[in-house]
Amino acid sequence: MAKRTPDGPEPDPAVQKLRVRYAKRGRLRFSSTRDFQRALERALRRADVPMAFSAGFHPHPKISYANAAPTGTASEAEYFEISVTDRVDPERVRAALDEALPRGLDVLEVVEAGTGALADRLEASQWELVFTGLSVSRAEAAVAALLAQDRHEVTRLFKKGPRTFDVRGAIVSLAASGSEDGSCAILQMVVRHTTPAVRPDDVLTALRAVADFVPPAPPLVTRLAQGPLHPATARVADPLAADRDVDGS
Amino acid sequence: MSAATLPGESLYPLLEPLFEQVGKPIQYVGGELNSQVKDWNCGGFGPDGDELTARWTLMYPDAYEVGVPNQGVMILYEVLNERADALAERSYAVWPDMEDLLRAHGLPQFTVDGHRAVRDFDIFGLSFSTELCYTNMLTALDLAGIPFRSQDRVDDDPLVIVGGHAAFNPEPIADFIDAAIVGDGEQAVLMVTDLVTTWKAAGRPGGREGLLRDLARTGGVYVPAFYQVDYLPDGRIKRVVPTEPGVPWRVSKHTVMDLDAWPYPKQPLVPLAESVHERMSVEIFRGCTRGCRFCQAGMITRPVRERSITGIGEMVERGLAATGFEEVGLLSLSSADHSEIADITKGLADRYEGTQTGLSLPSTRVDAFNIDLANELTRNGRRSGLTFAPEGGSERIRKVINKMVTEEDLIKTVAAAYGAGWRQVKLYFMCGLPTETDEDVLQIADLAQRVIETGRQVSGQRDIRCTVSVGGFVPKPHTPFQWCAQLGVEETDARLHQLRDALRADKRYGKAIGFRYHDGQPGIVEGLLSRGDRRVGRVIEAVWRDGGRFDGWSEHFSYERWMRCAGEAFAELPWDIDVAWYTTRERGQAEVLPWDHLDSGLDKEWLWQDWQDALDETEVDDCRWTPCFDCGVCPQMGTDIEVGPTGQKLLPLTVVGSGQPALLERP
Repeated sequence: MAKRTPDGPEPDPAVQKLRVRYAKRGRLRFSSTRDFQRALERALRRADVPMAFSAGFHPHPKISYANAAPTGTASEAEYFEISVTDRVDPERVRAALDEALPRGLDVLEVVEAGTGALADRLEASQWELVFTGLSVSRAEAAVAALLAQDRHEVTRLFKKGPRTFDVRGAIVSLAASGSEDGSCAILQMVVRHTTPAVRPDDVLTALRAVADFVPPAPPLVTRLAQGPLHPATARVADPLAADRDVDGS
Repeated sequence: MSAATLPGESLYPLLEPLFEQVGKPIQYVGGELNSQVKDWNCGGFGPDGDELTARWTLMYPDAYEVGVPNQGVMILYEVLNERADALAERSYAVWPDMEDLLRAHGLPQFTVDGHRAVRDFDIFGLSFSTELCYTNMLTALDLAGIPFRSQDRVDDDPLVIVGGHAAFNPEPIADFIDAAIVGDGEQAVLMVTDLVTTWKAAGRPGGREGLLRDLARTGGVYVPAFYQVDYLPDGRIKRVVPTEPGVPWRVSKHTVMDLDAWPYPKQPLVPLAESVHERMSVEIFRGCTRGCRFCQAGMITRPVRERSITGIGEMVERGLAATGFEEVGLLSLSSADHSEIADITKGLADRYEGTQTGLSLPSTRVDAFNIDLANELTRNGRRSGLTFAPEGGSERIRKVINKMVTEEDLIKTVAAAYGAGWRQVKLYFMCGLPTETDEDVLQIADLAQRVIETGRQVSGQRDIRCTVSVGGFVPKPHTPFQWCAQLGVEETDARLHQLRDALRADKRYGKAIGFRYHDGQPGIVEGLLSRGDRRVGRVIEAVWRDGGRFDGWSEHFSYERWMRCAGEAFAELPWDIDVAWYTTRERGQAEVLPWDHLDSGLDKEWLWQDWQDALDETEVDDCRWTPCFDCGVCPQMGTDIEVGPTGQKLLPLTVVGSGQPALLERP
């Protein structure tokens, strides 16, 4: 017998694309991108979302992931897109999917995709780093030292070997402050998405190099937002705003 | 920094900074779908303020990725947590990077559910599928702050209770455990829970020893401390005797008769982390009477008890809805042997058609009927590989092991498989079987070449493959081969190298045949631990103290360490015994075996007769369709074979994956 081809009709076509924003909170900040992908595919099945599938012997649900935060960092602004074979109500999908995912992977918003690619809109991220037991003055001094430089290269080990790249150029803003009770120092920063992406730990590596900045414990890192970089204010805008406008909702 | 916490308090805030510094931290954080954390005092309090909750830690003593899909732990976790007065949490072996950090910060072995200290619980239950996890138990005890030896433990320490297939000979770890339970765990853990809560309500009479005595007197819990082992001058066991009144001479195994009454797991755990089985499993029957003489699982889980077709259908439906898994494995020791397997596979394939749900039948035998089943299960899916286990390379050796498959059966089966579009066939064999010669093993090469030749003819193309996998045979307790001599490391390796050369010799098949094998070293250590007695405990401890961990992982396993530590440990003893004495020595009929006082239901006389039949190359048929051959299980345990057919069919259903109208846009 010759090669088999899948019997039956072609898979149903996609009729609608949805954009989803979710948060990675608490203990689930330790989940990796791959962990999330497995959890999401199962949650979509549990929630009975009418997913569109690719053709072939090994059909895959049509999901595209964008720019996930590294393992160990929390996030309030992660994004992915799914395609469905029936027109659905985005808010109902949000509620069903949120229910089907473990607590800590929380679905915050679902909108119907408008024109343009989501990935192109994710130009920069806003990060918050909380250092327990660190004085604000210590953090402020390190920030000033790094901002005083035009360029600062760090080296990180990638799967294909070590790479050296500039950190300073990607930093749009960086500022230190203290928590209200004075128990922690907080770094807030906006970082442009470059290639390779400059991560919060790259910024920490740079701070250590320029100012001998060694916090007593690793910080709790959270991505607060990612989206278009507003040129005038140097702030990160909502990447789903354009879709919502088209939606008319 | 030491953890000053109340019993049952979460250590998560103290552990969290460590998670930042280790590989794959997700394995330590818990929170899996369908996992749960119950109130520490869910069992409430007695009139005098005594707390009455039975608290279990269930540990699978291997890495999380291996342990989390384990069916046994999942079942007991759910059975216990369904009880209002009990709670169960899970723990797994931590990798060395985490072990170092826990020690550096003075933090203990913890549960992944509530991140509670293992020592805070009443019972520390460990499930051993393999003996190679024994050193991981010592790591866990040490991290937990529980003394290694049962005799050194105090009332605050949990009872250390082991189960699982390896517990059918718990003697090598007898000093480290408080009790062992053999057989099915569902009813046994509830019985133990009852005893714990009753003992607590009565004011804990006799302390931990009082509770152990209560357990031992049930007849179904083995407490090693209540048995004395005497030895002969030559090192063999003279006798094993109970030392306490009311403690039985032989401890019986537990058998759940009605599987439909125990439809667990109802809510299978869905880990976020990647694990070794990315699917949901439904156990379609328990036990096996095919009678393969090497197979410990088949011997110790008798009799056969089937789950009904409708019971299976319900478990698949509920499990998929609870998990969202995309594949369901129909689990058992030989899945195609279910009396209604054709109706089950067809019924499920119909039900889930078009929902992107895969079905699989692990552990199937070699016959053409199974190809029909496999085709049914992959109606629209990819047909990549099928696995068969002829186990022995020659017709003669297959008679010795009672694996009744002829070469013609196998060739017919692979012809059907390649004909139906399957591209790859995997064949499993063993090396080192009793009476085996080089010639028996070399016939594996001839068989593989015939398989490829047949495949090329049937499929009309050259692009097909056959993978030959060979594992070293390790004789196991409670099998007819429990008396036999294990093949030594050098002899095993020499035979495997001959086979490798034979497979590579013929250029016509070169790349079409893949060859995978394990060298003989881990097998000898497994053999030492499988058929060892209490004196082997000192070897395990010496290996652990020397740094031995994760012995089931080739990158962590050290044969040199095991042999060195064993040499030193045995040299301190008054008998002339060594690793070879435990492994490559053939035992006689009269020898007292270390596990004789653990009753698997099998009659020792029958096992010996079956061992003699093996040597005579005489086969024994399956008692499901031929008369009883008196293995002893049914009369001794008061059990019987529980098989169908029920004659029922699976009706079509609206199932998960068919889309939910509630999500649709409303006009």
